[in-house]
This record gives sequence, C-alpha cells and structure tokens, in this order.
Amino acid sequence: MNAGMSRLLLTRLATAAGTLLFVAAAVFVTTTMLPGDVAQEILGQSATPEAVAALRHGLGLDRPPVERFLSWLGGLLVGDPGLSLVNGVPVATLIGGRLSNSLLLAAVTAAVSVPLALLLGVSSAMLRGSIYDRVVGTATIFVVSVPEFLVASLAVLVFAVKLRWLPALAQAPQGHGLLDLMRSFAMPIVTLTFVIVAQMARMTRAAVIDTLAAPYVEMARLKGAGPIRIVLTHALPNAIGPIANAVALSLSFLLGGVIIVETIFNYPGIAKLMVDGVATRDLPVVQACALIFCAGYLLLVMLADIAAILSNPRLRHR
Amino acid sequence: MTTPSPTLNAPLSKAPLAPTRFADAAPLVEVANLKVVARGEDGREFPIVKDVSFSVKRGEVVALIGESGSGKTTIALSVMGYARSGCRIAGGRVRLGDCEVTALSESGLADLRGRRVAYIAQSAAAAFNPSRTIMAQVIESALIHKTATKAEAEVKARALFTALALPDPDGVGDRYPHQVSGGQLQRLLAAMALITDPELVIFDEPTTALDVTTQIEVLKAFKAVVRDRDTTGLYVSHDLAVVAQVADRIVVLRDGAIREVGATGQIIEAPRDDYTRSLIAAAEPQPRAAAPLRETPAPLLEVTNLSAGYGGLNADGMPHFPILDAVGFRIQRGSTLGVIGESGCGKSTLARVVAGLMPAARGAVTLDGRPLPPTIAGRSREDLRRIQIVFQMADTALNPAHSVSKALSRPLTFYHGLTGAVLDRRVFELLDLVKLPRGLADRKPGELSGGQKQRINLARALAAEPDLILCDEVTSALDTVVAAAVLDLLVELRRDLGVSYMFISHDLKTVRAICDDIMVLYAGRKVQAGSREAMAEPPSHPYADLLTASVPEMRMGWLEGAGAHASNFIDPADKTKGGKLFSRSGCAFYPRCPLGIAGTCDRERPPLRVTPQGSEIACHRSDADLMSLTAR
Amino acid sequence: MTHHETPPPALAEAPPAGGPSTDSLSAPSSRRHLSFPKIGVVGMLGAMIVLFWLVMALFGNQFAPYDVGEILDADVFEPMSRLYPFGTDYLGRDILSRVLAGTRQTVGIALIATSLAALGGALGGLAAAVTGGWFDALLSRTLDALVSIPSKMFGLILVAAFGSSIPALILTLAVIYLPGCYRLVRAVAVNVAALDFVLVARARGEGKFHIMTREVLPNIVGPVLADFGLRFVYVVLLLSSLSFLGLGVQPPDADWGSLVRENIGGLPYGAPAVIMPALAIASLTIGVNMLIDSLFGRSLRRKGAA
Repeated sequence: MNAGMSRLLLTRLATAAGTLLFVAAAVFVTTTMLPGDVAQEILGQSATPEAVAALRHGLGLDRPPVERFLSWLGGLLVGDPGLSLVNGVPVATLIGGRLSNSLLLAAVTAAVSVPLALLLGVSSAMLRGSIYDRVVGTATIFVVSVPEFLVASLAVLVFAVKLRWLPALAQAPQGHGLLDLMRSFAMPIVTLTFVIVAQMARMTRAAVIDTLAAPYVEMARLKGAGPIRIVLTHALPNAIGPIANAVALSLSFLLGGVIIVETIFNYPGIAKLMVDGVATRDLPVVQACALIFCAGYLLLVMLADIAAILSNPRLRHR
Repeated sequence: MTTPSPTLNAPLSKAPLAPTRFADAAPLVEVANLKVVARGEDGREFPIVKDVSFSVKRGEVVALIGESGSGKTTIALSVMGYARSGCRIAGGRVRLGDCEVTALSESGLADLRGRRVAYIAQSAAAAFNPSRTIMAQVIESALIHKTATKAEAEVKARALFTALALPDPDGVGDRYPHQVSGGQLQRLLAAMALITDPELVIFDEPTTALDVTTQIEVLKAFKAVVRDRDTTGLYVSHDLAVVAQVADRIVVLRDGAIREVGATGQIIEAPRDDYTRSLIAAAEPQPRAAAPLRETPAPLLEVTNLSAGYGGLNADGMPHFPILDAVGFRIQRGSTLGVIGESGCGKSTLARVVAGLMPAARGAVTLDGRPLPPTIAGRSREDLRRIQIVFQMADTALNPAHSVSKALSRPLTFYHGLTGAVLDRRVFELLDLVKLPRGLADRKPGELSGGQKQRINLARALAAEPDLILCDEVTSALDTVVAAAVLDLLVELRRDLGVSYMFISHDLKTVRAICDDIMVLYAGRKVQAGSREAMAEPPSHPYADLLTASVPEMRMGWLEGAGAHASNFIDPADKTKGGKLFSRSGCAFYPRCPLGIAGTCDRERPPLRVTPQGSEIACHRSDADLMSLTAR
Repeated sequence: MTHHETPPPALAEAPPAGGPSTDSLSAPSSRRHLSFPKIGVVGMLGAMIVLFWLVMALFGNQFAPYDVGEILDADVFEPMSRLYPFGTDYLGRDILSRVLAGTRQTVGIALIATSLAALGGALGGLAAAVTGGWFDALLSRTLDALVSIPSKMFGLILVAAFGSSIPALILTLAVIYLPGCYRLVRAVAVNVAALDFVLVARARGEGKFHIMTREVLPNIVGPVLADFGLRFVYVVLLLSSLSFLGLGVQPPDADWGSLVRENIGGLPYGAPAVIMPALAIASLTIGVNMLIDSLFGRSLRRKGAA
C-alpha cells in the first residue's frame, strides 16, 4: 500500500459517503413533495380542519422542510427513522426482523450464484463461439430480457405445480431443521439465482473476452502457454477489476429482484415492507427502506471499485 | 512470383561470417506456396497472403519487407502455425527443421512455440502482461517447456539482460512492465524470446514504435546477441534502412505476394523489381528545391519567448507542467520551417498554441506584425482563416459522417460565404489542386485510402486560402511511397500558391527534404535552429548531432560505425534509473550530453548564440568543442 | 499500439478492399444502402416481432375477438381452447383480447417514456461533452448520483410521491432512465469530441452548436439508437414490474404487468391467464434484443447494462 493508493481509496470512500447524502436528500425531497396531505389521508375526507392540523403538528409535518430533513437524517444515524404513519409502530421495529430475512435471502442467493456465474462466464469466454457458449449465451439473454415475475411463475409451475418438489409460497420455516429452512426459502432463492446468474455470467464473459483479446495474451500463446495457463495467469489477474464490477452490478440487480420475489412469494422481507408502504403511502417506512437499499447498492459498487484499485499493478507498484 | 533458388541465396552481408557457413546447411525454415485468407465483414474470405515461398537457412537472418497490407506479419506468424483471429492458413506448407508446422495439432504447436520458434512483438509495452513481474514473464517459456528450473532460468535471464546492455540487470526482473521504459522493454522482450535458445527468432517490427535515438541502442543490442548466438532470424519491417543493418537476405512483399528476393547488398544497391526501386527511392527522400523567398520587411509569423503547458501557473508565470519553454522563431512568407524532435518534445503543442487551440502561458504569436489573441475565442474569423492546421492521423481528422464535398464545402461557406454552383465548382478545383479525381466528392472518408484522406485534409486547409498551414506529422502515418507523393504535393502547392508551412516531424530525412529552415526542440526548448544548409554543417548542438547520427542510413555496416558516442547515454525515457530524462534548471539536454560540464551545464541555462555557419545553438560549449564531437 | 497487419489490405493509393471499386461515379445514395448493417435471420425475426407489437399497440382493439371488459364465462382460469385461445381470467374474461388491448398501455407508455429519457439524455450528454468544464462536472456528478439509486427502488419512491396516473408513470420512467441515457451519450460524445476533426472544426472557429449537431451527433447515432432499444427493454420491464406490484397502470386500464397481477391466483393451477401476458412481455423484450444485437453487434450491449 502506498500513498497514492491510499489517497485513491480515501477519495473513493468520500465519494460514496457524498453520494449517499445526496441520495438521502433526493429521497426525502421527492417523498415530501407529495401532492396530497398525509394527515388528511389518514383521517379521511370527513375529518375537521382542526383535527387535521392537530395530526399534522403531532407528525411534525408543520415544521420547515430543512429542519425536518435534518432531524430525519439525525434519526437515521442513531437508528431511529421515526414512526409509521399507518400504525404508529416505530419504523425500526418494522424493519428489524425483516431486514435479516432479506439479508439471509440475498446472502444465500449470492453464495449460490457468484461461483456458478463465474464458472459459466469464464468457461464460455474460453470456449467462445462453441456450441456450449452459444447455448449459455442464448439461455442467459432469454433470462435477462424477461421480467422476474415470469421466471418466478415458471419456477412455481415447474417445481411446485408439476413436480411438487417445493411449496409455492415462502413461509416462515415450520420446522427447525436445515431442510425445512431450505424448503421454505427454496422458491425465492431459485428464482433470484436464475436472474442473477444470467446477468453476472454475461458480464463476466464479456470482461474475460476483453482481456483475452489483449496483445500479452497473444504473446503468451506464442510462448506455447496452454489455455488453462493463459486464463489463470494472464487473463484473470487483469480481469479482476471488470469482474468485480460485473459481480457488484449483478448483485445490485438482486436488490431489484428481491422486490418482485418477496412480493410474489409473500416473503416477509424488507422489500415487501416497502412495497406495502408505497401502497399505503407510509412515508417514513418508504424513506427508511429506500435508503437501506441505496446504501447496499453503493456499498457493492464501492467494494468493486476498491477491488479494481487494489488489483491494478500500476497503482500497487509505483 | 519468385521462388528463391538455393544457389542464388549466398549472403553478401556479414562479410566476416563467410558464405560457406550456410552453403552446406539445409534450410531451417521452408515456406512453400503459403496461402492465408481473412474473413471480411460480409463473411466472405479473401486472400491476404498469396502463394508465398521462401526459405531461411540456419544462422541466417532473412527480412520480410513491405508496406502495410503486404502480409509480412501474417507470413511471419504462420511460421509459428499461428493466424490471428479472423484469418486462416488456407494452403501451402511451412516446415521448421524436421517438423511440418502446418500439420501440427494445437498441442503440437504449443510445444513448438516459445521453444523452437520465439516471437518479438512490435509493441513491448502491450506484449508484457501488466500484472506480472518482468522476470516471471521472461522465464515463462523456459518453465512451460521445462528447459530449465526456475533458478537456472533466472540466472540465464540475468546473463541475457547483461548481453542486451540493459541497465541494472540484477534488479530489472523484479520490476513491473510499467516501471520500465519502452526501449528497455523491447530488449527484455528479446531476452524473453532467447531464454529457451530457440532455433528461430521472429522479430516483428521491433523498433518501429521507438524514438530514433532509442532505436539505434535496441538495434545494436539485437545485432550483438544475434551474432553471438548465431541465431536464425526472420525480421519483419517496413524500413529498408533498418533491415540493411541486420539482414542477410531480403524478401520484398507487396499485397501478400513476393516481388523480389535477394541478398541485402543486391536489394539495396541493385534492385531488380520496380516496386523495390520505388521503396528505396521513397526511403531516401531527395531535397526538394527551396522556395524562392519573397522579400518582405516583416516575417509572416513571429513567435517570441513562447511558454505553454498544463496545470496552474507558478509564481514566475510558468505552468506547473511546462511543455514549451521560451521558444521563439520566425517563418517568412512562402517558406517552410521544419520542427523536429522526439515524442514529448512539445512540437505538437507548438502547433496547437499557434493555432489558438491551447493558450500560451507566456510569450507572443504575431501574424504579419499583428499580435494574435491567445485563444480561438479571442481571434477573428479572418485570423483563424489565415492559419490552418493539418493533423497526423488522416483517419481521425476527417469526420466519418461527412462526404468529401461536405468536408471541403464547410470552410468555403464559413470563410468565403460560397454557395450553390460557385461552391460546387470550387470543391472540384480543390480536388484538382490536390490531384484527386472529382468523382471522389461523394465518397465518405471510410471509402478512401490513407493517402487520399491526407490529400483531402490538405484540400480542406487550402479551402480557407490560408497564409500558413501547420502540418503536424502529416506523412508519419503513411506508407513511405505514399508519403513521398504527399511531400511532393506540399512542395508544389507552396510553389504555386505561395503558402507557408510549419512542418512538424520526428523524421529528420523528411524535414531535410522539404524545409528551408529547421528548428530542433528538446524537452520543450529550442536547442538549435537555422537554414537547411547551415544545419547540415558542423558545429551542431550535441542533441542535434545525436539525432543525425541515429537516423539509419541505407547502407550495410552503417550500424557498426554509426553513433559510437551515443551508446554512453542513458535511455531517454528511463526516469527511474540514474539521471533524469532532462533537466529544468540548466541545459535540458545535460543528463544525456557527452560534453556536459558539471557545475555549468546543470546550473545555468545555455545562451543562444549564432555560429559562423549561421545557425543558432543553445550550448555552453564553444564551436571548437562541438566540432570535435562531430569529428569523432 | 500493436501493428495489426490484418485485412483489409490497404493498397498504396487505392481504396480499401470491400469498399466500392474505382467507378467513382456511382450515386452516393446506393452506397448508403450498402453500408446499412445487414440483419440476419435472427434480426429479421426480431424485427417482425417488434413490428407485430407496434401494430397491435395501434390497432390491437380491432383484432381482439371479444370486448375487453366483458365477462364471457362463469368458469374462471380456463385453459386454452378454440373459443378462448389464451384461456380466461379470474373473472372469466378473454385473455387474448385483454393482452391485445394491453399492448397499447405497455408499448405506448414505454415508448413515450424512453423517447423522453433519450431526448433529454442526448441533449444533456452532447452539451456536456462539447462544453466541458464546470457545466459538465456539475451535470455529470448529479446524474451519476441518481444512477446509484436502483431503478426499481427509484420507481417505488417516485410512485409513492406522484402516484400511478399514466402521465405520472411516463414521467417517472423517463426520470429514472434519463441519467443512464445521459451517461451513454456523454461517454460516446466525449470520445468523438476528442478526435482531430472536432479539433479542426474548433480551430476553424465553429460554434458549440455546430460542433454538437454537425460534427459529433452524426457519429454517435448508432450507439444512441442501440441504447434506445436496450433502454426501451428496461422501461418495459420496469413498467411491468410496477404494474405487477399494483403500483403501475391502475384498473380499469390494464397493461401486461397488471394482467399478470390480476391473475396471479391462477398460478397454482397453471392457468394460461398468468403465463400468457408474461410471455407477451418476454416476446417483446427478446424481439427488441434480437433486433438490436443483429443491427449493432455485441459491443454496445455492455455499455447499456448499467
């Protein structure tokens, strides 16, 4: 580690923090620009103006926007994003258990899909133009271009309706065994894995193919290096940056996929909470969930950039 | 097609190595009726190498020479059984010793490559894997083919580094490619090739990407190891003068077919083929007639004390990263100033500052006695019209979306307000002027050859009816024969239209051929300037002398005799080793100068003085001292 | 720089191979046809699918065998039959008719939103590339930050704020995809703006507008069109997802995503009412992908993936 590299990494961290702040402001501004009045909506059309004003005051809606933003931001920092407008429960409580459910779903999916996608991507790049490459290419482009709910529906049709291997809906695990846990989460994980693997395999393949076209790879070939040696010692070390980027971007598709999958399988996660929040216009819930997702995305992209910086020989060895 | 008959192949070069050396040896490489095809965008295959046959004997260096598209690299690669993506060896045989290369399987080829045949690529910077150390890559073939253990291979590599005159032979292997200069990387690539003692080494334009003063060092290193190891070589190049130094025999190629095969001496002294003759004529440009100077009281362009660069300005008004440092010169109406120097010397920046594309930090640009505002925004349309710029890369200088007539019409409308039939007529006149058929008017740049594109670029500049055209390496990207024709055109236009040129080039031969005055830049400073005649006479600035001595001449044995004094200099691009590339405090050239005086040259900036021959020189040394340098 | 001595063999003063030969008098228009990228069987198939759905978006109602809202049968979630080619929905309505009618919503909203995003992105990107300096920096930083909000999340936030009316949906989708368009246009335009011919135009004294529209724009049309197509696919997918979540097109209107949502109860029975609208989306997006792939090649796909 040298000074230039630490400076780059620090800059990268600062950029991420700045972006997150900007996103927080954007989320707050957008959600408070609501054309309707939340207090009016909660109380209904028949409420008296006095009652509405009292609720507005109670909710803090009559304070100036900057003050509200700052107190909201301060609350977020100490883990208190406020109360739900719908049922008055602290948002932190609502999010609590659901966040871990969603993280579990994402973690298991990532653990399955990253190795699978890298294998598919690297192997089809090595066998570029072969039947295998074309089959993988066609299958992945199909999965990438269809909506997640079609993949989910087809998965239910095949695994639950026709084969009856898995339950159609995800429930909180009935038993305590690992098998029960697996069974109850299987459908969401299968669906998400399909979507993520397709995305990641395509981008990995592209990154490796780019590197394989480099003149030093031709040089290695002219030194008599075999295909395994070429990929392992010449292509992959130089493709770490692009591959990390591909992994991060694909995992960020996971964030989007989770929204659909949690809804379709009725999975008690944070995305489902947010969708319900949007439907009921429960602003504090929507804001808090949105920020959690954005922070997750920024973290992924930042980790990928750091991997790219650390793997760059020009930065590592001055 | 010429099939070389063995009896005609006696080498005339390498006189000390008697011809008998090859007489009884069976050829190491035999290429017979080789055909290579490439697949076009429409999916159809077309030939790029057509029925080529030649042979290379053990210990012999054979050169494949030709212009771009001649198939020389393709042929060389097929000797390794390799065809680039989109290409395919479609017929013929390649034999290496007892081995039919064209019949080998992929794994058989892998055993051959790097072991029996090794390859030295044109761009070492691209051929080295950026994320592995140099040593790991140099010894890789030895480990792949198990010719040595890791420790043995490293010892051998260090010996090769020493033989190739690399500085710091013990430490250079631990570095990464980006930490080493281009000239050194090229020599390291040679070490990589020689690590397994291959029977044949393919040199693919190994010095083309280098500056001329670096090229001579690399060529000397190559020549020494080839001689000491009795290496058999296939040397691919477009440069006859370079090939004359290293090859025993030359195969002249054009459009994928052989035009002539002969011993080096015969090819350069008594070529039989017309195409070979035109190649030789173009490689040795003859001085064109100087322009008759029109006597005018004031110069057309006067640049005084010009400094420019990047980054903010220091307290003294100089940029943090200066590119040009107090440069001054004059261009008379109708004359040509040649600006010469190595890559990074600031010559292109000079053109940009004069054109207003980049503001000067200090100094003035005066056109016809009137100072020009520093930027385009400040200049009037008339100012802009009078100075036009033509760039090196003909490909990128023309908008690919615009037809030729559109490209030429725009300046006519913009500067002269021409429309309708007058405009069309003028477009045709411009095409006539640059000697292109009028039918090209509807073409897009993608449908033109490199030479045609450069003529259109020139025509577009002429459309403005300028007083001065800034030519930035306008012939450098062209094949020599095409470049020669463009040079002739430039000279003719100057004679007919009275236009002046600032002709920027890295090629001393070209500059000498067409320029009335020459200015030599080093690290952004003027080190010498004067008329073409004055510059040809000693005394010369030590850098100008090195530059002159480094330009290969088209005669055998030049390399052995030339530039003996140059070999002591540090590699100019090597910033990590020993001295710096140039110095800012005293004379810029001090770190490389054989005559540098410690205490003076590294402290005080040399004054410009005028020699008896009439050229300006920036040097602390006396004329007599400088004369002694040239006499060596 | 490597010296790739590959085709076409550029002869000394002759036009490159593959280009028109020496008959320099052939009309420029015929040459333009030659240079238009050829599309293979796959591309033709994609073009036909896209054309089919465009026609359906305009005249889908005329082709529908039944009235869109009419409850035809007491049996819900019927399988495919001669009477109901795509089966019936959860109320017993004809799915084929509803899919055809929904084309207008899906294709129409997505097309308008993508056009808005592309137009705004192209204008901003070109201006930023040609102007540079603080204008470029400010615009780029702001839009880069917006790109870092995942698109579905962005959609949810905007719907929470502005609701699900069709104009709000169009604007929502346009706002979400504008930063991506901007980034692509700026990236390709910056590359073009660094080329020598733009420098020549600047040195000639041309204004910014001329450089934007005459010098840069004609050279980025290909990538921008390809990006438009890919972006259209993303917009269709996002719109469908929003509708599927019940946050997109609202009843009584129904786009393809809403149709899937309405009938999701039929999934355990394997009813075509769920699968058919989803397949309609898939056919459209895959058709567009096939068309773009054969028109512009693979190289552009990755840039648009962000």
